[in-house]
Parts: sequence; C-alpha cells; structure tokens
Amino acid sequence: MSYHNPPTTPRGSATFDQYSMSEIRRAAATGIYDIRGSGAKRKVPHFDDLLFLGASISRYPLEGYREKCETKVTLGTRFAKKPIELKIPITVAGMSFGSLSGPAKEALGRGATIAGTSTTTGDGGMTEEERGHSQTLVYQYLPSRYGMNPRDLRRADAIEVVVGQGAKPGGGGMLLGQKISDRVAEMRTLPKGIDQRSACRHPDWTGPDDLEIKILELREITDWEKPIYVKIGGARPYYDTALAVKAGADVVVLDGMQGGTAATQEVFIEHVGQPTLACIRPAVKALQDLGMHRKVQLIVSGGIRNGADVAKALALGADVVSVGTAALIALGDNDPRWEAEYQKLGTTAGCYDDWHEGKDPAGITTQDAELMKRVDPIAAGRRLANYLKVMTLEAQTIARACGKNHVHNLEPEDLCALTIEAAAMARVPLAGTGWIPGQGGL
Amino acid sequence: MHATNLATAPASKVNYEPKVFDLSKITLREFNQALHSIQDGTNATSWEVINPKGSHAVAAGAEHPISIDVKGSVGYYCGGMNQKSTITVHGSAGPGVGENMMSGTIVVKGDASQYAGATGRGGLLVIEGNASSRCGISMKGINIVVRGNIGHMSAFMAQSGNLVVLGDAGDAFGDSIYEARLFVRGKVKSLGADCIEKEMRPEHIEILKDLLAKAGITDVKPEEFKRYGSARTLYNFNIDNADAY
Repeated sequence: MSYHNPPTTPRGSATFDQYSMSEIRRAAATGIYDIRGSGAKRKVPHFDDLLFLGASISRYPLEGYREKCETKVTLGTRFAKKPIELKIPITVAGMSFGSLSGPAKEALGRGATIAGTSTTTGDGGMTEEERGHSQTLVYQYLPSRYGMNPRDLRRADAIEVVVGQGAKPGGGGMLLGQKISDRVAEMRTLPKGIDQRSACRHPDWTGPDDLEIKILELREITDWEKPIYVKIGGARPYYDTALAVKAGADVVVLDGMQGGTAATQEVFIEHVGQPTLACIRPAVKALQDLGMHRKVQLIVSGGIRNGADVAKALALGADVVSVGTAALIALGDNDPRWEAEYQKLGTTAGCYDDWHEGKDPAGITTQDAELMKRVDPIAAGRRLANYLKVMTLEAQTIARACGKNHVHNLEPEDLCALTIEAAAMARVPLAGTGWIPGQGGL
Repeated sequence: MHATNLATAPASKVNYEPKVFDLSKITLREFNQALHSIQDGTNATSWEVINPKGSHAVAAGAEHPISIDVKGSVGYYCGGMNQKSTITVHGSAGPGVGENMMSGTIVVKGDASQYAGATGRGGLLVIEGNASSRCGISMKGINIVVRGNIGHMSAFMAQSGNLVVLGDAGDAFGDSIYEARLFVRGKVKSLGADCIEKEMRPEHIEILKDLLAKAGITDVKPEEFKRYGSARTLYNFNIDNADAY
C-alpha cells in the first residue's frame, strides 16, 4: 500500500500576482517603462465609501420636484473684475488638443456650453474649435507654454496656472511621436514625430513668492479681468492650497490621484499622489484657517463619476467638481461598440488606456484623420450635456433629501463613512458611531 | 511737395515729446492700463517710465508699435508677452524679462536676472550686460543677443530661435535642446544632454551677421562664434540612452 498526499490547489502569489508578473515580462522584453493614459486604477478609498444620512425628524427634506435646490456657482470673486458664472457645479477639466482630437475638443466645448458650464484647454494651446464652441473657456497656463500667447490669454474667460495634476504630481506632460501630427507640431513649435516631454516646472518661476509675481503679471496683461485659478495635484493639499491662496489665486483646482492624464509612466500614475477623498478636507481646512473658504473657490477633480460623487465632494467643502475621464466616456471613449477593435489592440472595452499611441478606436485620443471622424462633435456634445445634467439632477436629489436649498449647503454632518479609512480621510464618523479616526493631522 | 499727412506718416518720423509716467506717483496698474488702452495708429509713440524702482510686470502685455524707455531698473517680467513695442530698460532687469514675447524689441542696458526671454516666440531681446541662469529657457522662436556672459542651464529645452552670446556660457548649456540655434563666442563650461557643437555653415554666418547688426554690435565678427544645437539622439526614447535622461 502506498500513500499519496492529495495535491494542493495551484496557488498564485498575492505579491507576484498575474498583473505584476506580466509587467515584469513586459519590462524585460521592451526595455521601457509602461506608459499609459487615464488615472490610478488601483482601488483606493473613494466617495463610494461615504453615505448620506438624509433627513428625518431632526432635519426635514425638501420636496423633490417642487422646492428649489440651486446649483449656480460664481468663480473668481476674490480679485477678478469679470468672475465666471456657472449654472451647474460641474466643469470639464483641462485636456489638450494633441492628446485629444479636434472633434473631441469641439464636443467638450459644445457639451459644456449646453449644460451651462465651462471647459478647459490643455497642454497644447487654444484651438479655434474649442474657443468657438465654448461659451466659457478656461485657458491653462502650463510649464511647456505651448501655444501661449497674449491674444488667447485675453480671449479666455479664466486662466488656470497649472502647477501639478493628480495623475502625476511633480511630473510634466508627455506626448509621444505617434501623435505629433503637422498641426500639433506647429501649435507646439516642435519637429513632427518626436517624443515630446513637457517640463515639470514652470520655466520662469519657482516657489510661492515667484508665483505671486507671475499671477500679478498675468493680471496686468489681462487688466485684472480674468479669474486666475491655480491647479495642484493631490500631493500636500493643506500647504499647497494655503500657498496658492497666499500667491493670490481666485480659485484653487485640486486634482486627486484618480485624475486622468493623456500619458505618463504607469509607475507614476499608481504610486505618486493621494486619493481624491484624502485631499479635500485638508484643502478645505487650509481655506478655513485663512478665512477664505467660499471666497477662494475650490474645484475638486479625480474620479468623479455621478451625482453622488458630486454631492459628496461638495458636502466635504468643494465649490465645484470637474470631470475629465468621465467626460471622455460620455463622448464615447471605451464604448463596447468598438469591442472588436479593442480586441485587435490587445485589450477590451473599458480597459483601453494606451491613449499615447493615437490608435483610439473611438476617435477621441487620436490625431488619426480617419479615426477622429468617428466623433460627431454635435452628437457627442449632446451626450456630454445629457451626462452633466443627469449628474446635476442626482446631486440635487441628494441635496433635497438632506434638506438643502443649494447644493453648497451640503456639509460633512450630512455624511457617514463605511470604512475606517474613509472616515479618517473624509473626517466624518464611521457609520453607526460617533468616531472620526485620525484627528490631529492637517 | 505736399505737406506731410500726419495721420499716414510713419510713426517714427513724428517727433512728439515722450509721454512720461512716474511710477512714484502713479500705480503700475495705471501705467499698464494706459499702455493697453492705446488706439491703433496713435501718434503718441514715445513713452517714458521714470522711478520704476524695481517694479514687476512693467509694460507687460504691451501690444503697439511704440517705444517705451524705462529709466531705471525693473523687477520680474518686464515686457512680458510684448508684441510690437520697443522697450529699453536703462538699468538692470529682474527675472523673466521679455518672457513669452511675441515680437518687438527689448533692450536691457544693464544685466538681466534668471529666465531672460523664457519661452519667447518672436522679436529681439538684447542684454547689453550679463544674463543669469536659464537664459532663453524653452525659447520658441525669439532671438536673444547677450553681450556678456550667461549662467547655467541656459537654453534648456530650447525649441526654436537663436541665442547669441558674446561672452561665456555656464554649465549644462542647451540641455535637452530641440531645434534652437545657439552661438557662443567665449567658452562653454559644459554642454547639457543632447547638445553638441555643430558646423558653422554660411547660412549661420548670415543669421549671426543680421542679429549682431540688429543688436547694434559692430566690434565682433560672426566668424568668432561657435554654433551649438541638438544631436537629436533623445528625440525618440531608447533605453540605452537612459543615462542621459
């Protein structure tokens, strides 16, 4: 009689999981780090880990369709002669012409305009398509200064000085040769077909004292008319917000690690920066400590998907949220209708993130003349407008249920958290308790 | 001969007393607002700023073909985004003089601090003294002529245009340069990544001759310069160049 141990079930390593091993093989085969678009894909504490309490006896709700719940926001009230009025507390984030096709940029402008909100240029200058189709256009002032000129500065409705972004705080833009078409090359004053890596720091200022003078210069050039935003990545939100305010910002734009990018190293996207949820309260505290909450407006971005996310960000103290990745999805990015083509690219609808390669089947993150025809700017703009309006209605639904006649009246006291991590980050009690862990930090 | 029609005469031939702005009596905002409120075809083409006392953003966003003489030293971003104006600083300039200028001319009689001509897209910037670090950083078509020396990291990521230096250049000159042309008459302490010395061809001599003439420099010859530019080895990523990144 011989005895055989029963075989164990094959067991993969939790550390060396399939994705990690595929990345090692990829690096070994290609000799280059993985570059991709979009934001952090790893699971991090997020708005899903928060719940609204809703009204009951201690607070009474507003009637869903009969009692007004305002959504208007004014941005730039601190110094600008011409502040911006938005009908909804949701804007479209900066995305460059170059990373996106001309029709996609036009669709963003059209959609935002129908919904009564603003859209934003990106690291490639202002195109006629987006200026012409955007009622309210925010012009980004980036380290690369591609396409920067005083005419566009003056015909913008606001100026956003970009210091960092959530996908890569401390990193600059990247646009690889495949997407440097003739038009993109001309707008960026670069040779066609080269890999373009934008600088990570501004060429003519460093630090908050310089930033204050840079903002002064931009205000002087535009005769103090335009609201000036400062965009920061989710690195040290308390200090960065405080320094932006000190430097004279009208508006602070805060982008958490789930915020997307056109292209950068995967290691950067997944390992640098803090989750959006962890960034909001420190930024709001900085504004409150300076007596500037609601005077300097706070725009939060990075992983906003629906009206609940909007309402939660506002309840934590933001004035406005901003959508990038979600706006692209509304236009048609990663749509299953192109599944056969995603398969040919070795991926599947919902996972496509090689935006830098310029082969986007949906025609959005490309400069290919044939592919970009797949975006009908009018229809795609309508889809974006629908999506923005739905999110607004959802946020209003929640706000009314919490008894608020303006979405800005939502407050942390309307929230509880499902996890200890989210409770600590959002500084709201763990559900069923009065416990807010982690007090004492900034 | 008919009498000169003032409305159509070239502005430079009309001899008016300069409009004088005293920054110890009016604010920077009042001066820049006056500058931006000029109507096209103005006869008031000669402007003068006195007592600038290191003010920032003097004449930022100027956009008319006038001359602006600044009698003293200025702070940051003098003549930022200039279009068409001829700005002369009769003193020294702080950081970012002529940043992102589009056209026109800026002359600094003294020295210039960091980032002179940063991201400039056109026009001519002349520094008659020395320029500090990062001169011509990210330049995109501007012409810069420096009579003295320039500091480290100058012409970093320079995309296009010409940088002419009669003196010496500091460390890491032309690092990560694209298609800008760099001309140095003196020594270069060190070259940055992907920047190399290049052959001086007849067309480069012509460019230099023209720029030196425009800058009013008559005591040096184009043949005394060396030319530097991109080796173009970093234009597309190669893992074996990783040491250079």
